[in-house]
Amino acid sequence: MTERATGRTTGRPAEPTTGRATEPTTERTTGRRRPVRSYTLLAGCVLAGLIVLLALVSLVWSPYAADDTSGGRLAGPGSGHLLGTDKLGRDLFTQVMTGARIAVEAGLGSVLIAAVLGILLGLLTAFAQGWLDDTLSAFLDILIAFPTLLLAMLIVAAHSATLGSAVLAIGLAQSAVVARLTRILVKRVLTQDYITAARTSGTSWPRTVAQHVLPNIWPTLVVNLALQFGLAVLAEAGLSYLGLGVPPPNASWGGMLQEAQATFTTAPAGALAPGILLVMLVVGVNLIADGLRDTLDPTTRRRRT
Amino acid sequence: MARYLLRRFVFLLVSLALASVVLFALLRLLPGDPANALTSVGASPEQIAAARHSIGSDQPLPEQFTHWLGQLVSGDLGTSFVSTLPVGPEVASRLDLTIPLTLAAFVLAVLIAVPAGFVAAYKRHTWYGALLSGVSQLGIAVPVFWLGMILVAVFALNAGWLPAGGFPPDGWAVPGEAVRSLVLPVVTIALVMSASLIRYVRSATLDVLGSDYLRTARALGSSFGQAMWRHGLRNASVPVVSVLGIELASTLLGAVVVESVFALPGLGSMLVTGIAQHDYPVVQGVLFVSTLAVLLIGFAADLVQRVIDPRLRDRLSGGTR
Repeated sequence: MTERATGRTTGRPAEPTTGRATEPTTERTTGRRRPVRSYTLLAGCVLAGLIVLLALVSLVWSPYAADDTSGGRLAGPGSGHLLGTDKLGRDLFTQVMTGARIAVEAGLGSVLIAAVLGILLGLLTAFAQGWLDDTLSAFLDILIAFPTLLLAMLIVAAHSATLGSAVLAIGLAQSAVVARLTRILVKRVLTQDYITAARTSGTSWPRTVAQHVLPNIWPTLVVNLALQFGLAVLAEAGLSYLGLGVPPPNASWGGMLQEAQATFTTAPAGALAPGILLVMLVVGVNLIADGLRDTLDPTTRRRRT
Repeated sequence: MARYLLRRFVFLLVSLALASVVLFALLRLLPGDPANALTSVGASPEQIAAARHSIGSDQPLPEQFTHWLGQLVSGDLGTSFVSTLPVGPEVASRLDLTIPLTLAAFVLAVLIAVPAGFVAAYKRHTWYGALLSGVSQLGIAVPVFWLGMILVAVFALNAGWLPAGGFPPDGWAVPGEAVRSLVLPVVTIALVMSASLIRYVRSATLDVLGSDYLRTARALGSSFGQAMWRHGLRNASVPVVSVLGIELASTLLGAVVVESVFALPGLGSMLVTGIAQHDYPVVQGVLFVSTLAVLLIGFAADLVQRVIDPRLRDRLSGGTR
């Protein structure tokens, strides 16, 4: 684990990914691959799929209206409410479903921003030469040193506490990480013979990138973006817990946990359910990332540990 | 090495300067006026203008920035809009809590993660090795504040062994009480942090276990312990140290959330309150100090890596970045 894993000369690891180091495919990818069966991928899909299902259902149906307080305060599970009610008498399961939707939205939104900005910026820095390259990568290093949560708090402080601000902030912070990863991957691909071959045979740069560079780096990128999804969900929950995310009455899991903290011993369902679902979603997505790495990336498939 | 030190130090200064620009710009360029924090909702235009003048937000942005930068250079973090107290001493007193909290959690996390990560790699085909890997996979998905809530419910509210939150008003004057109130927060941060650390230690150990130099050392007659001690430890610690730097920085920031769970009057709660009150000097001051800490930790981690790994030294002393 020397050059491969230490991203730039600052000697930091390329990515806080899962344990195994990832490598871009240095061989040219061919169109079709033998499908690989991965139980990790399957388990991840089931876990995350359940939450996504919950989120989708909440769009069209929920057991109670969000502001229905007919159930009485802090009712226990059962009694017409699957998980009981919160301290205002609202149905907890309804809130948990809304929370699932917000979590999935936060994850998707942040990752979308991170992917678009990060890949563009990464390509730009990979092709930049000399001082421009130095400046851009130093700038990325600084952005990465500036932690997601702080950047998010800063944007929320200056703007307002909404889901949009939180997603924008998380996405921006993550785009720096994606950009640096893209830069490393692209630089490595650019040294390959097939790129030289494409260039000498007269292929333009944009075409080379589309045909040869991106197909070779996307497996690693997709795996990383899946991990970023989980981190984004956690970051949004943290912000909402601090009261800097989704404003009430919309129930974000982080906000629900904050509300339920005071009544943990008397009404544990409200303090446990959102946390368990949150862990399910993040573990699920991380497992998907691990599974994807094994199935998509032929170089890591061989060095399974 | 001296040349590298110089380069790295210049990089640190440039980073800090850039970070302060970003900090300042993000707070000022986004919509919202700091004067709003000072005036009530129905304030007259004159009152707002007076408020803006009193805090200097009616000045042009470059002037505000140079003013702030000038203050920073002379060690002044500004004055809170809300409490009208200077930010610097307040930050310093908050650090009395946040620094011990962070360092204790960091040390505990390393003490858990290094042996656990080694076992997870070395004994990966046994049930407990697999269990360790599984637990760390689960651990990185647990939000730190939720773990804190659960630990409070179990050890404070149910068992009553430890306080559920708060910090003695006299601070460290009553060391026993202060330590007791920090036990749960420290354990909370350390557990979450070690979950991700274990994975790095495991992967670094796996790399070493599969390495040619270890096999060679064994072939030359070293026992496994000798070979690991002489060759493995040093090689495995290079990537781990760089991760440790990042983890220490993120622990410092994780403390923001954990302080809120345990109602601790540290740097984090100062930041959260500052944000809620739109108290820009407080937010700016706290974030500047945190950024400085993060950059210094990165600097230190880089140096330690170079002490451990001569290859890094050689690669960089030539001046190629």
